[in-house]
Amino acid sequence: MTELNKAHTVVPAGDPAPSPAPKASAQKDASLWMDTWRSLLRNPWFVVSATLLVMLIAVALFPQLFTDHNPRDCPLSRSRQEPSAEHWFGTDIQGCDYYTRVIYGAGNSMAVGVIVTLSILVLGSLLGLLAAYFGGWVDAVLMRLTDLIFAIPYMLGALVFLAARQERSVWDVAFILIVFTWPTMARLMRGSVLAVINNDYVTAARALGAGPLTIMRRHIIPNSLGPVVGYAAVYTGVIIGAEATLTFLGVGLQLPAISWGLQLNDAQSYLQQMPHLLTFPLIFVALTVFAFTTMGEALRDALDPKSKKR
Amino acid sequence: MSPSSTPEAALPEESPEVVLEVEDLVKHFPLKEGLIFKRQTGAVQAVDGVSFQLRRGETLGIVGESGCGKSTLAKLLMRLEEPDSGAVRFRGEDFLAMRGEALRRMRRKIQIIFQDPYTSLNPRMSVGDIVAEPFKLHPEAKPAIGVRKRVKELLDVVGLNPDHINRYPHQFSGGQRQRIGIARGLALNPDVIICDEPVSALDVSVQAQVMNLLKDLQGEFGMSYIFIAHDLSVVRHISDRLAVMYLGKLAELGTDHELYGAPAHPYTQALLSAVPVPDPTMRGQRQEIVLQGDPPNPADPPSGCRFRTRCWKATEICITEEPELIVRPGVTQQVACHHAEPNTAVSAEDH
Amino acid sequence: MTTAPQNTSAQHSRSDVAGNGPLLEVKDLHVEFRTKHGVAQAINGLNFTLEAGETLAILGESGSGKSVTAQTIMGILDMPPGHIAGGEIRYRGQDLLAMKPEQRRRLRGVSISMIFQDALSSLNPVLPVGWQIAEMFRVHQKMRRRPARQRAIELMRRVGIPAAERRVGDYPHQFSGGMRQRIMIAMAIALNPDVLIADEPTTALDVTVQAQVMRLLKELQTENNMGLILITHDLGVVADVADKIAVMYAGRVMEAADVYDIYARPGHPYTQGLLESLPRIDAAGERLNAIPGLPPSLTDMPPGCPFSPRCPYATDLCRSELPGLLPIVAEHTSACHFRDDMYRGRLQTPEEAQA
Repeated sequence: MTELNKAHTVVPAGDPAPSPAPKASAQKDASLWMDTWRSLLRNPWFVVSATLLVMLIAVALFPQLFTDHNPRDCPLSRSRQEPSAEHWFGTDIQGCDYYTRVIYGAGNSMAVGVIVTLSILVLGSLLGLLAAYFGGWVDAVLMRLTDLIFAIPYMLGALVFLAARQERSVWDVAFILIVFTWPTMARLMRGSVLAVINNDYVTAARALGAGPLTIMRRHIIPNSLGPVVGYAAVYTGVIIGAEATLTFLGVGLQLPAISWGLQLNDAQSYLQQMPHLLTFPLIFVALTVFAFTTMGEALRDALDPKSKKR
Repeated sequence: MSPSSTPEAALPEESPEVVLEVEDLVKHFPLKEGLIFKRQTGAVQAVDGVSFQLRRGETLGIVGESGCGKSTLAKLLMRLEEPDSGAVRFRGEDFLAMRGEALRRMRRKIQIIFQDPYTSLNPRMSVGDIVAEPFKLHPEAKPAIGVRKRVKELLDVVGLNPDHINRYPHQFSGGQRQRIGIARGLALNPDVIICDEPVSALDVSVQAQVMNLLKDLQGEFGMSYIFIAHDLSVVRHISDRLAVMYLGKLAELGTDHELYGAPAHPYTQALLSAVPVPDPTMRGQRQEIVLQGDPPNPADPPSGCRFRTRCWKATEICITEEPELIVRPGVTQQVACHHAEPNTAVSAEDH
Repeated sequence: MTTAPQNTSAQHSRSDVAGNGPLLEVKDLHVEFRTKHGVAQAINGLNFTLEAGETLAILGESGSGKSVTAQTIMGILDMPPGHIAGGEIRYRGQDLLAMKPEQRRRLRGVSISMIFQDALSSLNPVLPVGWQIAEMFRVHQKMRRRPARQRAIELMRRVGIPAAERRVGDYPHQFSGGMRQRIMIAMAIALNPDVLIADEPTTALDVTVQAQVMRLLKELQTENNMGLILITHDLGVVADVADKIAVMYAGRVMEAADVYDIYARPGHPYTQGLLESLPRIDAAGERLNAIPGLPPSLTDMPPGCPFSPRCPYATDLCRSELPGLLPIVAEHTSACHFRDDMYRGRLQTPEEAQA
């Protein structure tokens, strides 16, 4: 028996490389991030939204590249023109080239969207992480706070607080939106962390004597941030829509700033005579919101650890 | 030789030194009610007075059914949970009193291998980073030959291809992932490895590979194992001594030969008789003890002997008096039963 | 399994209702999964028959196709990605795969029933267990509320739930794992099915509770003369309860035989490997004979015999040609080119043959 045993048992020890899971044999160093990237590239919605976003961001950052006109060059002599070869989107009441106005409007809308999203991503993730990691009273206090803010619809809250202010800059609008929307991110991050924190690799690190910072940095954040980032992209679209809405309602940005919301606000008085004043900024708002939302969905799909299992 | 005075049953004269000594370890989890002002309404007695010794190079198996407290015991021994009372001495030093730097250094000596190969490895880290993590957290233990070289050596030792150091966990099968976990556990040359159900998530053919590996590693490096499992066949295969746990207490403690050959606690007997033997000719040949009902709620254990509610031998004394874990007449192992009696009819030894 | 029926003496409780033929017969079944990574061949030509009162164990490791087999017979396979690429499943001579969905649904739970590994997720958490058992009678037998509830209590008592009258209104989470498994068994046998498929019924249970549940299943089988298909990875449980065994590997039956014969004289190296790699409670500390390597990926099968990369006896023939599932002796079939030598213990590894 022992002789036979030896003949058999040499095999597993002598064959130190039971072939790797065959599915992965083609790729050598496939980190999950690389996998994510590959699966993103395979997703046509990602490609569409990414192209759109790159263009919109370029427009927001360098509007002068996309138009020869000056948005503040508004001779009344050419006011209220229909779209033409000279003025693609026509002109507005003041006689400004409307295409140029819309192009320059992208900057403020995107700025609000990006500032708010980045801020709540950082703030919300941090608070969500702390709540989930430490639990107990930290969790209780933070979560009751989010409940409190959730109780006020963010549009209503923003409306009330912004209406009370005389002067409203991009930063004012962004600040109010941050105050009312960070709990969403915090909740999301908390749930995401809770799903990760009980994994044995976290326990293993604790058993090795790793401190909270090391554990969060090395194990928790990389594994829990995925869904939050995807959601943040979706949320950017929502915020851009919110900014346009607030401005349209007259409590957002103010003249002489250029923004899609302001253009929509101006256009409502002339809806019958000049529908193009409403249509063009609306198309841009819709495209931007669509691009961010679609991008977010694509990211969420790609970053979802469940689709990666095995 | 041994720094302890606790009597141990039937130890050979030349027994090696005691590495780990556990004395009367207790951990109760309070049950709380109320939204803001929580008041304690009871406690789950997860571990309730467990004592044993672990010697150098030996494997102590701990068997029990779900909820018996064996996983909590593992956490206490790793100091992932703090016990309510009791002592854990590592080579005579008080492990539970250690703080800060002393505790961090001591953690090198006790490592753990987990049950689930899918949750025990960080999916965002490469195999190289996972196995190197112990060196990152214990820079003083960095190998002279360099971390990367040592990691490759470790991968080789556990039977993985060292060239796969840059791969990620999802590129490996369950058994291979378990080997990665073992490599991580070996990295700091621990004296004790706690194996918490290390093969129960694996298929039979792969399970055998991993068990052989664990045995080989012990032969090579001489560390001690605490092998926690619910599968008595697996435990039998790997353990030198065995502790049977029921509702937070040890029911029986002895050598492999004693417990499988002549189990004296009714619970051990029932456990043994319930394990199916992969041999159809044994049908009806073995005495079967089928226990009635389920284990009681650990938050409300029975008085006296905890097993008495399912025991066919229970009498008045079992209700009133808790049986101690001592060597009883007629047997050589320690049994916590007033009516201890060796039963060879359910013995798993070949006669 | 191509073996002849064994328990013909058993009286067929409903044989007059439907057509002729064995209780359940699976012929050359093929099931695929069409995934992004390619087509995974989960079942590759499966054959077996089951008679009333008989217990067939389908034994296999994860990925062997044993659970897919159960789901396909029950008609609960997720399609897509699953796809039945060919074959027949005959229940009393009628091909289930050719039936209309509605017709098939009427058989489910009534004639063919199934219990799962995880009782907690198989029971509805928001309904009392008694209500869930009674629903079987109300839906299928149009029974009124009260008598259905009464039957539910009787059933709960039959499967060994203490104080059934009192517990009939309790919810699944209020029961222990073993009790939940009993409740699921009660639901599965409520309508006296002819065929009961048990997919890893005791894997999640403790060993003492496992013994109780297996004993209950055996009793109920004898009482109702059911055909039982036991899907498991546990060679110990199989040895205790099965009449015959089909060993699956990579979607194929490697060996099928009577339980006594297969343990005594395995006719396939994989079966032998499984038996030798198993730690046994009645044998201490010897080194285990592990099977080296891993099962093949279902999307990328090796040519020839799927076990050949791990087989100590494999030759060039094994690596190029797929062996059929053919008889060694009556009622013992094996899919190994060297089945006869294997069965008679004469098979040598290539190294041994050279020496």
